[in-house]
Amino acid sequence: MSAFVSLLKRDMRLAVRVGGGALMGAFFFLIVVVMVPFAMGPDLNLLSRIGPAILWIGALLASLLALDRLFATDHEDGSLDLLMMGSMPLELVVAAKAIAHWLSTGLPLVLITPLLALMLNVELRALGPLLLTLIVGTPALTFIGLVGAALSVALRRGGLLLAVLVLPLTVPVLIFGVAAANAAIVGPTPFGPPFTILCGLSLMSLVVGPVAAAAALRHGLE
Amino acid sequence: MPPGTRLIKKPPMAIIDLANPTRFLALVNRVLPWLVAATVLLFAIGLVRAVHAPDDYQQGATVKIMYLHVPAAWLGMMAWGIMSVAAFGTLVWRHPLADVAGKAAAPIGAAFTLICLVTGSLWGRPTWGTYWVWDARLTSMLVLFLLYLGVMALYWTAEDPGRGSRAAAILSLVGAVNLPIIKFSVDWWNTLHQGSSIFRPGGSAIAPSILIPLLIMAVAFTLLFVTLHLAAMRNEILRRRVRTMRLMQAQELAEAHP
Repeated sequence: MSAFVSLLKRDMRLAVRVGGGALMGAFFFLIVVVMVPFAMGPDLNLLSRIGPAILWIGALLASLLALDRLFATDHEDGSLDLLMMGSMPLELVVAAKAIAHWLSTGLPLVLITPLLALMLNVELRALGPLLLTLIVGTPALTFIGLVGAALSVALRRGGLLLAVLVLPLTVPVLIFGVAAANAAIVGPTPFGPPFTILCGLSLMSLVVGPVAAAAALRHGLE
Repeated sequence: MPPGTRLIKKPPMAIIDLANPTRFLALVNRVLPWLVAATVLLFAIGLVRAVHAPDDYQQGATVKIMYLHVPAAWLGMMAWGIMSVAAFGTLVWRHPLADVAGKAAAPIGAAFTLICLVTGSLWGRPTWGTYWVWDARLTSMLVLFLLYLGVMALYWTAEDPGRGSRAAAILSLVGAVNLPIIKFSVDWWNTLHQGSSIFRPGGSAIAPSILIPLLIMAVAFTLLFVTLHLAAMRNEILRRRVRTMRLMQAQELAEAHP
C-alpha cells in the first residue's frame, strides 16, 4: 500500500511542478466554455438551457486532452518499464496513476465550474447538483480514457488516435451526466435515477479501466 | 503434479489444426467457391421474393428497403461479436488465426453498419420526412460505427501486425462490455427527449409473406459475411507472408552489401 501511495504522491508532484501541466486542463476548459457563446450568440436564456451540456462537453474534452501524456512521459524516460517490473501489480500502478491524474486534472475542472456556470447563466440552486454530477462523472472519463492512453502509448501514437478510441466509449457517461444535471435544473424528471446510473458507470469504469489498461500495457510493451 | 505445470484446457482439435495457416488456406480455397455460389443463389432467391412481397399499406414500396436494412443491421452487430470472440482467442489462447480473424472482421462489420445507416436514412426520408433522426436505434448504430472506426484506426497505426492486433483485441473486449451500456443509455436518453417512439417494440407480428423473404435475405447476408470474412482472412495471411518475405529480402540485401 505504501508503494501505491508513494506512486500517487510522485505523480501528483510531477503534475504540479512540471510546466503547469495540472492547470493547463483547467485553462483549456475555461477557453472552450468561453468560445461557445461567441459561436452561439449571447442569448442568456439559451445559454442557461444548454449550460450543463456545454460544461460537460468542455470537461470531457479537457480531461481527454490531458490524458495524452499520462503514460507517454514515463515510457520515454524508462520509468514505466521499472514500474512494470516492480512487485506491485500493474493494475494498481495504473490505478494510482489514474487517481493522481484525476486529482491534478479532473478536480481543478470541477473547482472552476461554479465560475463558468455563473457565466453561462446556470441558476445558483442548480449549481450543487451540477457539481455533484461532475465530481462523480469525471473519474469515469479519466478511467475510460486510461484504456485509450495505454493503447496509444503501446503503439507509440497519440493525440487524435486517443480521442477516436475513447470518445465513443464515453457516450453513456455524457448522456447520464447531462441528464442528471438537466433534471436538477429544468426537471420534470427526478434527479435520482440518472445520477445513480452515473455513479454505477463511474464505479464500473473504476474496475474495468485499470484492468484493460494494464493488459494493454503488458501486451503492447512486452 | 509437479509444481509449475498448469492445467490449461485445450481448445477442440479442429481449431488447433487450423492454427497452421497453410492448412487454413487450403481449406479456404476449397470452401470459397461453394460459398460464393451459395451466396449468389440465396441473394437471387431472396431478392426475387422480396420484389414480389406485398407492399405495406401505408409505406408502399419503400418498405422493401427493409430487406437490405434489417439484415445489414444484424450483421453489423454480429461482426462485433465475432471480433470479441477473436479477441479472446488472441489474448487467451494466442491462436495465430484469431488476430487475423479480428482484423478481417472489422472493416466488413463497419461496411455492414454503414449500409444499415445509409439504407436507414434513405428509408427515413419518405417515411419520416427526414434523413436523420436522433432516435435511439439510429444513434446506437452510429456509435457502433464510430467504434468500428476506432478499431480500424488502431490496426492502421500499428507498425507491426502482432502488436496492433493485441491492442485492437483489448479495445474490442472493452467495446463489447460497453456496447450494451451504450445501447441501453441511448434508449433511455431517447425516452427523455422524445415522447413517441418511431420503432414500436413488439407491435403487430410481421406477416409471413414479408417475414420469409426477410429471413432468406438474412441467411444470404450471413453467407455473404462468411464469404467476405474468409476471403479477407486469406488476403491478410498472404499480406503478412509478403511482408515477411520483404523483410527477409531487405535483411539479405543489407547483409550482402554492408
